[in-house]
Amino acid sequence: MLRSLHCLCLLLQCRDMIRAIRACKTAAEERAVVRKECAAIRASVGDNDQDYRHRNLAKLMFIHMLGYPTHFGQMECLKLIAAPGFPEKRMGYLGLMLLLDERQEVLMLVTNSLKQDLNHTNQYIVGLALCALGNICSAEMARDLAPEVERLLQFRDPNIRKKAALCSIRIIKKVPDLAENFINPAASLLKEKHHGVLLTGVQLCTDLCKVSSEALEYFRKKCTEGLVKVLKDVVNSPYAPEYDIAGITDPFLHIRLLRLLRVLGQGDADASDSMNDILAQVATKTESNKNAGNAILYESVATIMSIEDNGGLRVLAINILGRFLSNRDNNIRYVALNMLMKAITVDTQAVQRHRATILECVKDSDASIRRRALELVYLLVNESNVKPLMKELIDYLEVSDQEFKGDLTAKICSIVEKFSKEKIWYIDQMLKVLSEAGNYVKDEVWHALIVVISNASNLHGYTVRSLYKAMQTSGEQETLVRVAVWCIGEYGEMLVNNVGMLDIEEPITVTESDAVDVIEMGSKRHTSNLTTRAMCLVALLKLSCRFPSCSKRINDITVQYKGSLVLELQQRSIEFNSIIEKHQNIRSALVERMPVLDEVAYSGRRAGSLPAAVSTSQVVALNLPNGVAKTTAAPLVDLLGLSSDDIPAPSSSGGDFLQDLLGVDLSPTSPLSGTNQAQKSGTDVLLDLLSIGTPPAQSTSSTPDKLSSSKDSKNSGVLERLSSPTSLQASSPSGGSPVMDLLDGFVHNPAIPEGNGSAYPSVVAFESSTLRIMFDFSKSPGNPQTTLIEANFTNKSPNVYTDFIFQAAVPKFLQLHLDPASSNTLPASGNGSITQKLRVTNSQHGKKSLVMRLRIGYRMNNKDILEEGQINNFPHGL
Amino acid sequence: MQEDHLDSVAIVKCIVDDLHSSFAYWLSRQGKVRLTKWYSPYSQKERTKVIRELSGLILTRGPKLCNFVEWRGFKVVYKRYASLYFCMCIDQDDNELEVLEIIHHFVEILDRYFGSVCELDLIFNFHKAYYILDELLIAGELQETSKKTVARLIAAQDSLVETAKEQASSLSTMIAQATK
Repeated sequence: MLRSLHCLCLLLQCRDMIRAIRACKTAAEERAVVRKECAAIRASVGDNDQDYRHRNLAKLMFIHMLGYPTHFGQMECLKLIAAPGFPEKRMGYLGLMLLLDERQEVLMLVTNSLKQDLNHTNQYIVGLALCALGNICSAEMARDLAPEVERLLQFRDPNIRKKAALCSIRIIKKVPDLAENFINPAASLLKEKHHGVLLTGVQLCTDLCKVSSEALEYFRKKCTEGLVKVLKDVVNSPYAPEYDIAGITDPFLHIRLLRLLRVLGQGDADASDSMNDILAQVATKTESNKNAGNAILYESVATIMSIEDNGGLRVLAINILGRFLSNRDNNIRYVALNMLMKAITVDTQAVQRHRATILECVKDSDASIRRRALELVYLLVNESNVKPLMKELIDYLEVSDQEFKGDLTAKICSIVEKFSKEKIWYIDQMLKVLSEAGNYVKDEVWHALIVVISNASNLHGYTVRSLYKAMQTSGEQETLVRVAVWCIGEYGEMLVNNVGMLDIEEPITVTESDAVDVIEMGSKRHTSNLTTRAMCLVALLKLSCRFPSCSKRINDITVQYKGSLVLELQQRSIEFNSIIEKHQNIRSALVERMPVLDEVAYSGRRAGSLPAAVSTSQVVALNLPNGVAKTTAAPLVDLLGLSSDDIPAPSSSGGDFLQDLLGVDLSPTSPLSGTNQAQKSGTDVLLDLLSIGTPPAQSTSSTPDKLSSSKDSKNSGVLERLSSPTSLQASSPSGGSPVMDLLDGFVHNPAIPEGNGSAYPSVVAFESSTLRIMFDFSKSPGNPQTTLIEANFTNKSPNVYTDFIFQAAVPKFLQLHLDPASSNTLPASGNGSITQKLRVTNSQHGKKSLVMRLRIGYRMNNKDILEEGQINNFPHGL
Repeated sequence: MQEDHLDSVAIVKCIVDDLHSSFAYWLSRQGKVRLTKWYSPYSQKERTKVIRELSGLILTRGPKLCNFVEWRGFKVVYKRYASLYFCMCIDQDDNELEVLEIIHHFVEILDRYFGSVCELDLIFNFHKAYYILDELLIAGELQETSKKTVARLIAAQDSLVETAKEQASSLSTMIAQATK
């Protein structure tokens, strides 16, 4: 009792609640009021309070509109609907339509009430039920209640008939199978005089034709004539104030009749024929100074374009569109563009005539019109007009709105790609786009451009020079900078030496230091992001080799990033610095020009038709020289760094050094890739091919060992080149090398065999006419899986070997760790030897025995020699 | 005021082939929604999202621009009357100019019913605005082109409610007297 009294006080009038909510100054205040109201309504609902149900629901609807949850009021709707009186039902149905949607199970419960109300004696209650059914009907309700609705199509009151007709539309859309039941009643509605019924009847027929071909045939045969006559009557009807809009009697009916005629005439010459006259009359006689008239004209054009061909009418329609297009009203121009898109499939030539006007619309100040026009221009482009159109669009790019540039560049690029017969044209256009709107170009567009450039070998010089020039004026466009930096890195010498001049070019003088300037500028721009800066560093590394005179300066620039807060840049800086300073010998091999990128594979990947892994493996199937494995190919596209976003999963890209070297692969994993990951990622027999070893200071397992982490089999093809250290002449191992000196692996390691009495016999692991390798084995106590191997290299030839490198590869089930060799010089004729320790962990100890492949590289008499072999004669039980 | 028939979200399009307008709403210039009507099922969450998206799209447009905005593969036709925008979301194939005419038709009926309608009328009598909309559109399709007919039907139903109210109050008076 107390509680309900309390409720009573709180239950304000709906009007008062709205006032209270409106008076709220802040959202928090509003929430508080709503919360209080909701609590009161809940309590009232709980008490099953009859008197306030009506008011509660009104409040709930308002609260719902404000976006607060109101699900607890749903049952109240049902109760109100079940009440006998009209006011309750009216509010209940409104709440039902507002608070519920057809997915909610509560709807199941309402079906019965609806059924009763559809049969109610009060026609307004029938109307309410029909309206609710039409707005929220689900497929199940449609099946249950279709017979009632069908019957109501013949109800005595026209206002019920029209509601039933619209309700039927919803039913047949939900359950198309029911369509045939409605064909006959719908046809009889077409004979009505009442505008509302006629209007809804025409709509019902149109929708029936869409879902049922049987209905279409029926109406086409039986009703076309009648409809033409109805339209004629409406068009010629005298002034009727009730339906008059801007001097036209019931334009809505006009439009719906035209729409139904369109459906009937489409694909049927006879039906089309019979409506020609009236269409011509509508198209010529309708007043076009008001919106209503234009709406009718617009609809009639749509109908003329869709029905079977009648040359005269089509000309009429295109002329109307031409007039629309030059109208000052933006709405009219918008619909004209819209309709021209449809007309283009019917009569391209006619639309082409308006090309100039359409092109003007691309430059309109209204975004909706611009977008429409751009779509249309896109459809209008063909082989013959692509060049002038392109010029227009690119010119416009300069002045277009910022927000429109994204769409515009995307379309331009798409057109350029579609119609590029000549590569030079493609490159030219793309450079223009990049110069104008490089900041809006999507990644795949400039990736594609690089692939094209890479393939156009005769244009490399031209392209790099054009890019250089463009950089001078448009250096603020991010993607332009990227492409330019990439190209200068690759083809820098062509820029400087004017290689491959085309006739159309003017020679330019660029010094080596100018080229470096450009890249430095790119890397220093404050807007450059990580990818751009990383690409700059790679380009600088490449130039350091191509322009030896700038090497010092490049090194200085590179070193500036040593302190970069971005790990990726810091890492590159340190690595590249080390390459430039200490590894002249391998540098040229490292920074060779990228192989030509495979266009087919790249476009295939872009199209998403091939998973990345598959398509990249088609790029190059590199066969390793030592024949160890035909590894999956190097994903060159990835190497290139064209895919900063779709990188292979971390596990497969265990920080491959080369990828970092050459690419802009900025996946967060790569800088972190330590040994741990690399060990896991060793997916192939090539594990550890390059683990040359690290200085003792670093050889604790916790230190990321960059080189031994570069085991990724995917890159081994490229690594192969890296690892042919053919000319390590002067690489005198610097004693206390810095920790990060990654390539400097050949430090003398004074480690001496521990002298664990070897339980296993030594084997000759490898023997050729010039070299012998002996392996001594020992086990580390308490760890039977791990074998310590001491390799002993002996020179059988009379010449000294320098730059001696020993490499080994093991299958997956083994893990290999190589300590640094004792020296990299092997004295002649067996007068000394090099030792190197290996640690092999056999994860299948006891089941499989060890197996290993070897590769030995050294330099003798200034000649590089490479030897390979496989060891199968390991003692059992290792 | 702004009335917005939205036929939005792709999910809906799959289920209901093309209900031509899936909701209507009015929006004040501050972006407050005054009335929404959905003709295709949307969850409350989706509705909020849709309205927020569209408000941003429409309210930022300048006065001289065309009344159509493309959005998620639909078109939104909007028209501004005083401080309110009326929006209606339609299919690609619908006649945009006609929808403008429908919006105007609706506003004229409201105007006639409330006697030069203003935003406050629609706030305090939101349910009446809904009743009028329901007499004009069902499932997003136009049902009546005569303003007079709509007015007459609404008036008839309003009087039904009045009669019921009077009966109820006279009943309660009688009860009150009887229990005195």
